[in-house]
Amino acid sequence: MTQLTYREAVREAIRDAMRRDERVFLMGEDVGPYGGAFGVSLGLLEEFGPDRVRDTPLSESAFVGAGIGAALGGLRPIVEIMTVNFSLLALDQIMNNAATLLHMSGGQFNVPLVIRMTTGAGRQLAAQHSHSLEGWYAHIPGLRILTPATVDDARGMLWPALQCPDPVLIFEHGGLYNVTGDTDGSDVDIDTAAVRRTGRDVTVIAYGGTLATALAAADDLAAEGVDAEVIDLRTLRPLDDATILGSVGRTHRAVIVDEGWRSGGIAAEISARISEQALYDLDAPVARVCSAEVPVPYAHHLEQAALPQPDDVVAAARQAVS
Amino acid sequence: MAEFRMPALGADMDSGVLLEWLVHPGDHVRHGDIVAVVDTSKAAIEVECFDTGVVDQLLVQPGTRVPVGEPLALITSDTPEAAAIAVPAAPAAQTAATEASPVTSPLVRHQADVEHVDLAHVHGTGPGGRVTRADVEAASHPAAPPPPTGDHEPRRVRASPLARRLATELGLDLATVVGTGSGGAIAAEDVRQAAAARVAGVPATEPVAPTPVPARPAAAATGGDRTAAMRQTIAALMARSKREIPHYYLTETIDLAALVDHLRARNCDLPVPERLIPAAALLKAAARGLTAVPDLNGFYADDQLTRADAVHLGIAISLRGGGLVAPAIHHADQLTLAELMARLKDLVARTRAGRLHRAELADPTITVSNLGDQGVESFLGVIYPPQVALVGFGRVTDRPWAVAGMLGVRPTVTMSLAADHRVTDGATGARYLTTVNDLLQQPEQL
Amino acid sequence: MTTTAPAQAAPDTAYRIGLLRQMLRIRRFEERCVELYSATKIRGFMHLYIGEEAVAVGVMSALTPVDAVVSTYREHGHALARGLSMPSVMAEMYGKATGCSHGRGGSMHLFDAGTRFYGGSAIVAGGLPLAVGLALADRMTARPVVTACFFGDGAVAEGEFHECLNLAALWRLPILLCCENNLYAMGTRLDRAQAATNLSERAASYAMTARVVDGMDVLAVADAASDAVAQIRAGHGPYFLELRTYRYRAHSMYDPDRYRDKAEIEQWQQRDPIDALTTHLTDAGELDEATVARLESELADELDAAVEAADRAPVEQVDDLTRFVYRDPAGYGTTG
Repeated sequence: MTQLTYREAVREAIRDAMRRDERVFLMGEDVGPYGGAFGVSLGLLEEFGPDRVRDTPLSESAFVGAGIGAALGGLRPIVEIMTVNFSLLALDQIMNNAATLLHMSGGQFNVPLVIRMTTGAGRQLAAQHSHSLEGWYAHIPGLRILTPATVDDARGMLWPALQCPDPVLIFEHGGLYNVTGDTDGSDVDIDTAAVRRTGRDVTVIAYGGTLATALAAADDLAAEGVDAEVIDLRTLRPLDDATILGSVGRTHRAVIVDEGWRSGGIAAEISARISEQALYDLDAPVARVCSAEVPVPYAHHLEQAALPQPDDVVAAARQAVS
Repeated sequence: MAEFRMPALGADMDSGVLLEWLVHPGDHVRHGDIVAVVDTSKAAIEVECFDTGVVDQLLVQPGTRVPVGEPLALITSDTPEAAAIAVPAAPAAQTAATEASPVTSPLVRHQADVEHVDLAHVHGTGPGGRVTRADVEAASHPAAPPPPTGDHEPRRVRASPLARRLATELGLDLATVVGTGSGGAIAAEDVRQAAAARVAGVPATEPVAPTPVPARPAAAATGGDRTAAMRQTIAALMARSKREIPHYYLTETIDLAALVDHLRARNCDLPVPERLIPAAALLKAAARGLTAVPDLNGFYADDQLTRADAVHLGIAISLRGGGLVAPAIHHADQLTLAELMARLKDLVARTRAGRLHRAELADPTITVSNLGDQGVESFLGVIYPPQVALVGFGRVTDRPWAVAGMLGVRPTVTMSLAADHRVTDGATGARYLTTVNDLLQQPEQL
Repeated sequence: MTTTAPAQAAPDTAYRIGLLRQMLRIRRFEERCVELYSATKIRGFMHLYIGEEAVAVGVMSALTPVDAVVSTYREHGHALARGLSMPSVMAEMYGKATGCSHGRGGSMHLFDAGTRFYGGSAIVAGGLPLAVGLALADRMTARPVVTACFFGDGAVAEGEFHECLNLAALWRLPILLCCENNLYAMGTRLDRAQAATNLSERAASYAMTARVVDGMDVLAVADAASDAVAQIRAGHGPYFLELRTYRYRAHSMYDPDRYRDKAEIEQWQQRDPIDALTTHLTDAGELDEATVARLESELADELDAAVEAADRAPVEQVDDLTRFVYRDPAGYGTTG
């Protein structure tokens, strides 16, 4: 076991992958001498050189598409997009090429590409650097969507993602980079959700940046005698229905915590699946704790008011068990 | 002769209006020549033909809407092999043209198909007499009655899906359950509480006419969930019993020789399905005994006994998936042995099929448990609150038995009584056991 | 591996007649497609290449089998010239199981791994980043491969065009940028959409070689493409060809052609690439009527067989509807 920050864990995962497979390279805005907008790739240029730690111009569509082409051409690119908001400039390539080529070509051309990007709010970066759009991407068949919430997952998800023959998007919550945690550096599965805390009374479903919120809420609930189970989804597409439904089948109550907006979000999808498949296990309506439906504001108190807080989760869980 | 047909001119086109002919009969046309103009509803398009030859006949007049693929004109081919194509005897488009169908959009025609409406008989109210969706709907539902109003619908009970499922499984009418959840909704715990009270026989509400328990949807839940829920109910109830009721226990071993002989004699003349078994007689005797000792037949509430005015024997029946229910045989003391036998068989079958009536679960005044089937020789039971007694029968078994100084082998059963010491004392219990024993010694009287 | 394209061999009669044959093959194929579309055998959108055949045939003649091609939604000509089998293309138009994309793509999305044909993209300029990536992979692995990317004048208005030209030049990628300037982005004429209409000048501003070629002259296109490919293979980075051409038919299957004069179409048809080459070869004594008749007859047979096969071909099983969404639908790394 080694203790690393989340940032270091991602960096070690990239370093490890580039050492293990010479087809792997990192490409994105300022991943080179600058070390990445969030410092993830610091030091990698020195080890691997500018060909494999490749700075790009501010051309999201071109370099994401180039990643797709390079994957078709036999390489294993890791494309870094600075934030999820910027990924919208490359949405054409992600949606119309990465996610569809295999299908359009009748199975001939798969795209073994990994795209990493920062997501989420909490750092007063306002309305063009803070959104949580991973739920949008999870809407798209053909993509895999990973949301590492722990240092161990940040370290262990990249290599399996690179082995995946299909395009994988990894969403790193910006609030997690400085979090420390243990990892043994080994690969983890990228298919299943994890139960991070067991409990009998209510299932709290979270992922990425909201896992900590959910766990904090579970502590508060325990003090009130409410025994919350906390699920870390880990992957948003495909969703691990079995783990979600298994837990809800035991607790009969579900609260979903999602930093995305409520309307049409991944929380809505999870809620729908529970309703479809476990309605007769439910003893209370499924609750959602999501971000307020505003662009993320700058001022600290406004931003915090817009985001899911442990108290909101506690209130929702309390309501469910009442 | 070749047919020039209405072409598909776009991904969404299924018919077009012929606007203009650019050729006349007798004209020579070549592959690729523009021969007509067609309105696709997006635009007027010049269309080409794919044959070379002489225009023989124009089948469709300008202004006619023609489905894609229908012939518009006949072209006599220059080439001998093409001439081999047979000329259609009655060109379909001719009829299509003369029967000039009403002007409609493809969507409206689709709707008309779906609703089985003949567009020829629909009056168009749209621009230029165009048939609209509303016209088709009107034709499809002439004078459709307005949706029923008023309050014929019973008020829907607010209950969680899990509560509904549990209520179904436990045979409980949600209308009788008080909800304590959010907004007064009935939660699973409310159902469990009500079920515990119901099994205990506390009339939670006004008596309700027996209603069949709806069959649980096959895919609704796993048996494991149901078993777990029932286990919780039993746990709550039995814990309450042992916590609140000071039990006393009496047992008596009863000689069944007379009964067995009597049943054997009766069964000789009966077809197999109607034959009686000792269990029916034991129930009958237990029920009859209560009329003599009514203090064991009733409910303890508000620190006092309320005697029941009838004997409804709760029969403890174990379920195959685990768990236990005790539905009632009503007025068991007044049934003949044959009737009681039939009721017992029916009750067991329906219990195991999950088709009990609610009243059967709500009404027992005392519970009888027969673990003889399980090979148990004797046992001491736990009272179902707020009942005040529970009768147990063990296995009917041959034992050495002394009668009038002589040792013989007799069929016997050990009967037990668990009774609530707040209500009765041992003497009452002893009187009951003696009474039952006496009844069993005169089986022809049962 | 050879770096010598056929065009660099001494042009001989057989080579020229080969080019004629290729153009004729595409023309006849698409003419038949019009009939089949009219008869509802082919559905959806269908964009015809008629008039532009010299571009596909000339450029493809300069490529070798190891090279890659990224195409557009107006791609039948590219696909056939690149070497996709006619039955597999026709079956795809029909949406049949034997189609080159198993009925998933249709007219706009023809793909073929065997000829490194990376498909028709129906997003204008959407294929450019892909081609940049393919070229990047070749560059990083030092493979002497050229990626040819086709796009139209409409793509020049897209941001992806400019991002990609910059990236290709910045990284000196082995990419042949083939701009098919047919003057119209759907119904919008170039000078109604672009302030600066000289597209090769704009490409040159990204620090790459750019050249205007008469896209109605297959020999000129083939020569230019050969020169460009040689430059690229020599490591000089991307090369931009503006191929000035014209489509005779509507943008997609049929349109009312309200955006251009019939006279303009006729004017371009005077310079038809097939007629031009036929005349040229006939005048040079390299072609006679018997040869033309033989070509037509062979092509008609090939086409008839392709249509017949497509008619007979089975459709895909609906059970396989989601078969090509993930290469690994079971998921990677499922432990245990």
